[in-house]
Amino acid sequence: MQFGKLCLVAAAALALAACEAPGSRDKEDAGASTLANPFPSTYKPYPSQTLLIANATVLDGAGARIENGSVLIEGGKIKAVGADLTAPEGAVTLDARGKWVTPGIIDNHSHLGAYPSPGVDSHGDGNEISGPVTAEVWVEHSVWPQDPGFTRALAGGITSLQILPGSANLFGGRGVTLKNVPARTVQAMKFPGAPYTLKMACGENPKRVYGYGRGSTPGGAPYSRMGNVAGYRDAWIQAADYKKRMEAAESGAGDPPKRDLELETLAGVLSGDILVHMHCYRADEMAQIMDISNEFGYKVAAFHHAVESYKIADKLAAYGVCSSMWADWWGFKMEAYDGIPENIPLVHNAGACAIVHSDSDVGIQRLNQEAAKAWADGKRIGIDIPIEIAWQWLSLNPAKSLGVDAQTGSLEPGKMADVVVWSGNPFSSYAKAEKVYVDGALMFDRNDPANQPVMDFELGQPGEGDRK
Amino acid sequence: MIRHLLISLAAVAASPFALAQPVAIYGETVWTGTSQGTISDGVVVIDNGRIVSVGPASARVPAGATEVRAQWVTPGLISAFSRTGLTEVSGVDDANDTGAASSAFSAALNAADGFNPDTTSIPVTRLDGFTRIAVAPQAQSKLFGGQGFLADTSGLTGSVFRERAFAYVVLGESGAQLSGGSRPAAWAALRGAFDDVRFFAARYMSHNEGNVLTRMDALALMPAVKGDQLILFQASRASDLNAIMDFKEQNPALRLAIVGADEGWRVAPRLAELEIPVIVDAFSNLPSSFSQLASTSENAKRLAEAGVTVAIVNLDNDSHLARLATQIAGNAVANGMDFDAAMRALTTAPAEIFGMTGLGVLAPGARADVLAWDGDPLEVTSAPSAVYIDGEAQPMESRQTKLRDRYRTIDESQKPMAFKR
Repeated sequence: MQFGKLCLVAAAALALAACEAPGSRDKEDAGASTLANPFPSTYKPYPSQTLLIANATVLDGAGARIENGSVLIEGGKIKAVGADLTAPEGAVTLDARGKWVTPGIIDNHSHLGAYPSPGVDSHGDGNEISGPVTAEVWVEHSVWPQDPGFTRALAGGITSLQILPGSANLFGGRGVTLKNVPARTVQAMKFPGAPYTLKMACGENPKRVYGYGRGSTPGGAPYSRMGNVAGYRDAWIQAADYKKRMEAAESGAGDPPKRDLELETLAGVLSGDILVHMHCYRADEMAQIMDISNEFGYKVAAFHHAVESYKIADKLAAYGVCSSMWADWWGFKMEAYDGIPENIPLVHNAGACAIVHSDSDVGIQRLNQEAAKAWADGKRIGIDIPIEIAWQWLSLNPAKSLGVDAQTGSLEPGKMADVVVWSGNPFSSYAKAEKVYVDGALMFDRNDPANQPVMDFELGQPGEGDRK
Repeated sequence: MIRHLLISLAAVAASPFALAQPVAIYGETVWTGTSQGTISDGVVVIDNGRIVSVGPASARVPAGATEVRAQWVTPGLISAFSRTGLTEVSGVDDANDTGAASSAFSAALNAADGFNPDTTSIPVTRLDGFTRIAVAPQAQSKLFGGQGFLADTSGLTGSVFRERAFAYVVLGESGAQLSGGSRPAAWAALRGAFDDVRFFAARYMSHNEGNVLTRMDALALMPAVKGDQLILFQASRASDLNAIMDFKEQNPALRLAIVGADEGWRVAPRLAELEIPVIVDAFSNLPSSFSQLASTSENAKRLAEAGVTVAIVNLDNDSHLARLATQIAGNAVANGMDFDAAMRALTTAPAEIFGMTGLGVLAPGARADVLAWDGDPLEVTSAPSAVYIDGEAQPMESRQTKLRDRYRTIDESQKPMAFKR
């Protein structure tokens, strides 16, 4: 009865008009290479044991399935994965007979912290809707690390997530990639070394919010989809000029332009340091965005929501962009009218990159089930994808879209030990994440209340420490 | 000529008055919802729109019966709370009849007036096993949302089978907002409205004016106030639920149910004692508002174990994805709810709440709303392979399946995709 914080759904509610998110990096600022990142990650892995998870069905996330398999974690990293591992001396062994082990799930579309619980007006920090181009804002400056939603996501096996600003704007601002570890500050959640991302949006939201969302018609630009496209191109022209002047100054030809937060971010995209994550529902619009990116020399990392990706899966595969999708959301707005439950398997089947995302503090708690629904719907029309391949929708592909696949997203030696032990096949309604490890550290244990985080907000409230 | 004949037959098959032929639906597991429990290797025979027999697969079936085989067989599911059929596209105002913020009326708004059996979400809902839906209006002008109705999901004219099945009233934070800004304002409006109805003659015959309601709204609310019609309250916070129960104790004749009830587990024994059923979204486990601080994924389980009648629904998207209640019920089981209780939350509980006689069960004489499934109905990977409503095999097609089939293979080498149907 209430759409709550599903901001994309709230087509009728201007204040909640939009949603989408960011990424982060600790490298020097793009387009302003003399400036260090002023908000560096302070995340450090928590202490972990040398741990052998044994006798499980292991999905390594890279495409392999190992029955009676084991995963060895050492120093917070994946040390080995295989069928016949033995525990080194001093290692703890977890007998995971009957259980399944997978890489931690990565949600590349969340607004946790920026639209936290409780969803009161004072917490509505997810979208700087003051103008159609707000590339200057960084969503990490809105993230409240005490959002109880982070703990619910953790209980669902989420080990990393991208927080995006909302989708009211053509350019919504920078996203940030986080490790899903409770922290006092957002800096202590930032994924070390993750590139920043830029949230952009197609279609109805920008034109609704700016064109006719302010009580008068027209309220301002953009008012139409062609206005959206003019807005993108105009901003890229300015960014290209800024980048050119910055580079000229670096090579000794004159003074650099005055620092401009908006153009810094856009120039960072043009220099390839910042990844574009773009809210886009309709097939025809995605095709136009791909052309714009070619015009200005950048690449879209992922289209988000992408409910019509199945109509142009061939073109998406040829361009090499991911589609970040729901299993079955449809019909809540005009541009979501053609959503179908087979979108994800059809995109995968065309050889394009498929990702299951949430955009929801409810959906993020069971992305494994969302993948399972899509997987089963694909199977019913003859697209029979092994579960171990389909798991790439949940971990490795989102990691790629965020530029962190060298560090996480699969159980391969040397990678972060972001691992989930499931009570059974995670493509079942009945499976629960029993243990969730982030960098080898146990951050959630379903069977041990002492290993279940409780955020400040919930202390002293009814339900504190209850089963969530 | 042959083509003409085929078309005629198709027309007959699609008609609710088609010549009856018995159908025997065999299932490896038959969940009945009755004292017959769950039957391994069972068969359900339907004929003339009714269930004829439910028993072991070895039972005799009528000669010439069509045989259907499935993994699971269950009664048609019932959505206890939805907006399905009231809106084609939620975000398009012109295509959304769920609520009317600017209406001069409230309790009199009859949601059935907005129902369109051609809504494309109806086959989508049916394909996932929901054969009946309780449909509520949105409360947008006052805390009285209006009159909800019951419908089947055949998509045929006449699929509304009970208009004005319940009065929908929102309390809690939404009720406060709609009443001027506080819970006291909402309760003043609620009590004032009840008085308007009770003193209808005095208030509306002489002055044509009530304290809270227009004359038309007061007339519409009369059956509810008299206890002849179910009142469905929406509320979440434990104190709001207690206030509703106080109200029930002061007005024992009222027939009540509560939707939302996120903190229901905290007052479960009292709900059970007063026999007030609840309709919950078992996914709710966040303090999404200050009325949901104690929400927990075990709410449905705890309520059921306390003896409360529990129905499970999807409150997040109740117009286009009411069908996800099966996933939500499966998750309730994962969080400790008894499987049978979770199945009842989709069948017998909503039937009981809304007085849908002969629905929600597989029993001789019951209406033949029957589902054949390719797996456990509460598994996210399962779906019905056949759906019967009143004995009629339903088309397993929707606008979504047509889009899917068009784009299953992309090929424009000869003709544009628009030619593929």
